[in-house]
Amino acid sequence: MPRMSGAQILLECLRQEGVEYIFGYPGGAVLPIYDALYDFRDIKHILVRHEQGAAHMADGYARATGKVGVCLATSGPAATNLVTGIATAQMDSIPMVALTGQVRTTNIGKDAFQETDAIGITMPITKHNYLLKRTEDIPRVIAEAFYIARSGRPGPVLVDIPLDVSLGKIEWDPSQYEKDPDIPSYRPTYKGHEMQIRKAAQAIREAKRPILYVGGGAVQSGAQEEVTELSERTNILVTTTLMGKGAIDETHPNSLGMLGMHGTAYANYAVHNCDLLIAVGARFDDRVTGKLDQFAKYAKVIHIDIDPAEIGKVVHCDIPIVGDVKTVLRELLKYVEPRPATEWNRQIMEWKRKFPLVYPKDGQMHAEFVIDEIWRVTEGNAIITTGVGQHQMWAAQYYKVKRPRQFITSGGLGTMGYGLPAAIGVQLALPNETVVCIDGDGSFQMTVQELMTAVVYELPVIVAIINNRSLGMVRQWQELFWSERYSEVDLQASPDFVKLADAYGAIGMRVTEPEDVEPAMREAMSQRKKPVIIDFVVPTEENVYPMIPSGQSIEQMMLRKDLEQLRATVDTDGEEWSFADQEQILRQFVEQPARQ
Amino acid sequence: MAGNAQNGREHQHTITALVQNHPGVLARVAGLFARRGYNIESLAVSVTENPDISRMTIVARGDDRVLEQITKQLNKLIEVIRVVDYVEHSAIERELALIKVNAEPKNRSEILQLAEVFRGRVIDVSEKTFLIELTGGPEKIDAFARLMAPYGIREMARTGVIAMARGTKTA
Repeated sequence: MPRMSGAQILLECLRQEGVEYIFGYPGGAVLPIYDALYDFRDIKHILVRHEQGAAHMADGYARATGKVGVCLATSGPAATNLVTGIATAQMDSIPMVALTGQVRTTNIGKDAFQETDAIGITMPITKHNYLLKRTEDIPRVIAEAFYIARSGRPGPVLVDIPLDVSLGKIEWDPSQYEKDPDIPSYRPTYKGHEMQIRKAAQAIREAKRPILYVGGGAVQSGAQEEVTELSERTNILVTTTLMGKGAIDETHPNSLGMLGMHGTAYANYAVHNCDLLIAVGARFDDRVTGKLDQFAKYAKVIHIDIDPAEIGKVVHCDIPIVGDVKTVLRELLKYVEPRPATEWNRQIMEWKRKFPLVYPKDGQMHAEFVIDEIWRVTEGNAIITTGVGQHQMWAAQYYKVKRPRQFITSGGLGTMGYGLPAAIGVQLALPNETVVCIDGDGSFQMTVQELMTAVVYELPVIVAIINNRSLGMVRQWQELFWSERYSEVDLQASPDFVKLADAYGAIGMRVTEPEDVEPAMREAMSQRKKPVIIDFVVPTEENVYPMIPSGQSIEQMMLRKDLEQLRATVDTDGEEWSFADQEQILRQFVEQPARQ
Repeated sequence: MAGNAQNGREHQHTITALVQNHPGVLARVAGLFARRGYNIESLAVSVTENPDISRMTIVARGDDRVLEQITKQLNKLIEVIRVVDYVEHSAIERELALIKVNAEPKNRSEILQLAEVFRGRVIDVSEKTFLIELTGGPEKIDAFARLMAPYGIREMARTGVIAMARGTKTA
């Protein structure tokens, strides 16, 4: 048996787990690991500029591929720099293994140089974490970490590795490495309960106004085919959450786009009026539900989720099904009979015509127009990453994705600065794809240093900055809910993004006229060796609509004020329409019998 | 119908969790309760007949849905092997208390009589105090503490409840 150091054993374990990339940054407590990496050929290390970037890259890589992303940082400040990235992965259930160095076991608890309690700090933001105490535990712990990260409801796992553990040498036979070990106290449920699935099929058969509400769980389990088949067979229309984008092709006639705070009016009307809500891998986030006692208040609820704790956490559930979304839908499809499109479908389609997602095509370069153009020029095929804010919501509304893992965004945690590093992780995983980070001028500046990483590794990510020279989403809230008291949202003072790109060795462009969006995008897409920053200068005082204010119900949904005029530009059937129709939509089904 | 899941009447449950006897597992459980805002009335931890497994007995307060969430969230922790909520099973609950009570000569016989009624034992005597050891369900200990209060309780320590199902059933 070869005699190996802990660091060598660690890398061998990672190799056997199929790790292609480690996103990391060296330091004292991980020096043995970096020394072992020096001549380890099977794994490529990506040197980032800040550990937060490493975590987001590992996360982006994981979201794009479904594989476990790996990041590596030293102890102390490096471990704390990973925290935002780990929390981001945790909130969106992303499989990730974060490796941190730690001071020697004999120094733990002594306030040693660069010591932090990485385990204690990350306990609430990981699926699980480990402090390694002995070199011989490395193979078991790494195998468990990867298995836990990718199985069941995925999530980040942190392994904290003291210096003496990675230095220590033991006899170890790499062929003994055992992937997917059995952990008796951890056995996720994949197969749904058959009785419950039959009940769900019956509820679908009996429902008059059913809606599919599909979340990130469907993306994670790769259930696009099943969601689409269920929707097509039953003519039940589909609305997705931000994380669920791509669970059905958004250009499919059965797709209603996103629901919730900035969801489409028609998706929200459909959910409001439905009598059966089929929640598929979704967790009833407050940005989806708004005021809970008003959310889908006439509906019976079927909830399919791999995590039993999600069922009944937020809303009452009538038919719970614990299991993997894809597996459960496969079973469900055995019992679900074809069902014709009904008056309900016609009704929703009418709402879709009456309350479309529109923006003015008035010669101004609106943010929505830029995103619409990016969608058109990339033929809806680009992989999109985003920061957080108005640009993120506009991207979610206007970039209609075709497939799962195509829209990569920090949904649960809402991490500004996620977009660029995530795009780097995605581009490394999928070198032939067009990767566009639709970013905000605020978000971009939070992790801008990773531009260097993209340049060094010759990654042609396109960063489309929707530059409104403002922290737009906060500005919007201050305009609408805080009496236009614009407190600290002005970002007029920002670097010249074109010069900044140049300084980093990337390509920079500025676009101020609508007709220049397409040529700029085409030029950016022709670059296959360098990142491109496009500074799209858009108006400052624009809001994301529709909007259901936080904690309120659909009754308070705000539509854009010019919707009536704009609608005429997209719908020419001449049908009379006015805002007054909203009232009727909300009352229309009230008289219908609600579930007991 | 859909709607807020956080309603209903609050009550108290005794929950037992069998956990892997690893360092940090108590921090995970305590952290979970703190983070999710669950109310914990008492917590008792000790090793079981199997040295690799510890038994935590948690008395928690909340409405049905909160208590269901507590059980589910506990089960999600990787090191938690099994969770039993004793609301569904008939269980014996016991607690041990040490009570140091003022015992002036004029009160001594009275206190001793009360202790005897409760099957408590005096395990230490000083000129001015008794130290009484008492086991039983939490209500019994509460009742005894109430009776001792007029004499002046100087100090009281309670272990927190431990519980076990009746009959052949095990956690």
